[in-house]
Amino acid sequence: MRGDLAIEVTDLGKRFELGANRGGYKLLTETLAERFRTLGRPRETGEFWALRDINFEVRDGETVGIIGHNGAGKSTLFKILAKITRPTVGEARLRGRVGALLEVGTGFHPELTGRDNVFLNGAILNMSRAEISRKFEEIVEFADIGPFIDTPVKRYSSGMQLRLAFSVAAHLEPEILIVDEVLAVGDLAFQQKCLRRMESASREGRTVLFISHNLASVRTLCDRAIMLADGRIAAEGATHEVIDAYVGGIESEQHLSLRERERRGKTSGRLRFTDIWFERNGKPVDSLVTGEDQDIVLSYESPDGLPVRGANFGMTIATSSEGVPMLNLYSETTGALFERLPGSGHVRCHLPRLPLPAGQYFLNVWSDYEGEQLDAVMAAVDFTVAGGDFYGSGREPTPDHRTVLVDHAWSITGSAAEELAQSSSSSA
Amino acid sequence: MATAERSSASAEVVVAPPTGWGALDLRELWAHRELLYFLTKRELQVRYAQSFFGVAWVVLQPLVLAFILALFLGHFAHTLSGQGVPAAVFAVSGLVPWLFTAAAVTNAANSLVQDAPLISKVYFPRLALPLSKALSLLIDLAIALVVLLVITFVYGVGIQSTFFLVPVFLLLGIVSAFAVGTWFAAINVKYRDVGQVVPMLVQILFFLTPILYSSTIVPEKWQYILALNPMVAVIDGVRWSLYGIDFPHPGIILVSVGSALALLVGSLIYFHRTEQYFADVV
Repeated sequence: MRGDLAIEVTDLGKRFELGANRGGYKLLTETLAERFRTLGRPRETGEFWALRDINFEVRDGETVGIIGHNGAGKSTLFKILAKITRPTVGEARLRGRVGALLEVGTGFHPELTGRDNVFLNGAILNMSRAEISRKFEEIVEFADIGPFIDTPVKRYSSGMQLRLAFSVAAHLEPEILIVDEVLAVGDLAFQQKCLRRMESASREGRTVLFISHNLASVRTLCDRAIMLADGRIAAEGATHEVIDAYVGGIESEQHLSLRERERRGKTSGRLRFTDIWFERNGKPVDSLVTGEDQDIVLSYESPDGLPVRGANFGMTIATSSEGVPMLNLYSETTGALFERLPGSGHVRCHLPRLPLPAGQYFLNVWSDYEGEQLDAVMAAVDFTVAGGDFYGSGREPTPDHRTVLVDHAWSITGSAAEELAQSSSSSA
Repeated sequence: MATAERSSASAEVVVAPPTGWGALDLRELWAHRELLYFLTKRELQVRYAQSFFGVAWVVLQPLVLAFILALFLGHFAHTLSGQGVPAAVFAVSGLVPWLFTAAAVTNAANSLVQDAPLISKVYFPRLALPLSKALSLLIDLAIALVVLLVITFVYGVGIQSTFFLVPVFLLLGIVSAFAVGTWFAAINVKYRDVGQVVPMLVQILFFLTPILYSSTIVPEKWQYILALNPMVAVIDGVRWSLYGIDFPHPGIILVSVGSALALLVGSLIYFHRTEQYFADVV
């Protein structure tokens, strides 16, 4: 292993057996019966490589992000690097004390007091008793638990539990920090507090491997990123390039044909949508990103190929889960009047700084003109909005706030007395 | 620069595919001794915080059991007890080591499945889990021993000068209980129905162990086979050390010690071979 490396991963692969109906465990009686039935016959086992041919290096003091869709192998990679599970082939070498955070509050016990849980959880995260004692005051203060530290954790609110758990985790000071998605939970303010601590960790020269969906924080924290897809490394390099590749979905089909789709209601068919796709920086992409400038493009044609006289275009973007309309886009209201259109062409809708938080959405498209419906396709496309940095603050809006994002600014004014009253009421 | 800052203790860790017969890494367990301490402490705190009686339960359990047994077996007590120790003293002296073993085996056997989230989310030597269960029960054992001594004095039974050998025999029991519990714990991760069988096995062993009877009433040729259960030597040994009764034949002790060691080695090998898969299976 080279002297300047903290992590070296060589030809790593992890295979799982398929066919287990439960997690992975079995019943002995069942297994024996199965053995007996299949006596003499070769056993059929399906297998699946969660990770394959993984090679990468992380230098000392580097902060590297690992991104990828669900099931791309991120968690398996985390578990191998954290020594929780073993690879099937290859090896990973890590030099330095490793701190791995898969989840905050692992091993928290509801019957124990906050104090006892801090020590237990710290020991589980491989902190020494002396280290925990030294940082104890700081941990309690960071968590803002105050007098409740000697109360059993079962009496805490879920927010308090989470804050205490985060606080222990945030005080972990290993030489190599591996973090998986832990910041996906918890309230925003506290997440940011933790992110700031992590930023300072990487500034102190610690090696950080950050495994996340949270593109905004990967962008802020990481020097370099690795993208996993189907258990292999799909892209590696400067963070922004890898993130572009990730949201660009290099290998997906970007044009979705609308020719065969069912139409809504009575349409005149004077114009028909043929395809729909998204573009960012002039390049087709298969998902949108919060806060980025993007285009939704529709291609259309007229049945006879002759120019179309008069058409307005509209789109509605709604959430996939509840079908709540979030954005309504209509050409006429923006003042774009299309009195005469070519016989076939593209309708482009430019959306600067997409104000939607990360999540799943669908899109209805239609065209009408003076009470006539030319064409309409419901749920023309289902798509993902990947989280991004809408406010340019390095902090991603939480996806559980299903609202449209708008620019706004905060400030506080008042006399000293008011301030005091405010702070005491907020701490009560 | 960062290299220079790195502590000298930071060794290189290699995560590689599982090996069949790697050496059991006791150094690693030692390195995690503070975790073991906190896990053991958690056991004690949770056990005593959750049950209404708390410590009182540890005291009451052998007493209540002995009382019930004395009620039912009172008539036969003199024949059962062997060489002149009151039935209650005889029963409690057998129950105290047995209750420890039964609890240690059952708790250790469930330890890994119980803490499945811990296993799948954090790395630490897995052996710490069954070990912490056994260690926490040592406190209960110590309390129960005090109860035994009190009962002994109440009945006016004298203690032999060999009493200092009691811990030696108890150690044999602790090792066996830990070995069996750990073995079941590892099997239980993969085959979830085995855990349900453990309490039944413990129940059967209760009757195969000279708790309510003296091993001297067993025909001699059977004694050696029964001694494969290390608890035979443990209970005979404790009674002999304290009261000078039921002196175990050295051959029987040898069989029990051999059996305990075989269980320990077998269980550690099995545990070590399977622990590499725990997180994938549990």
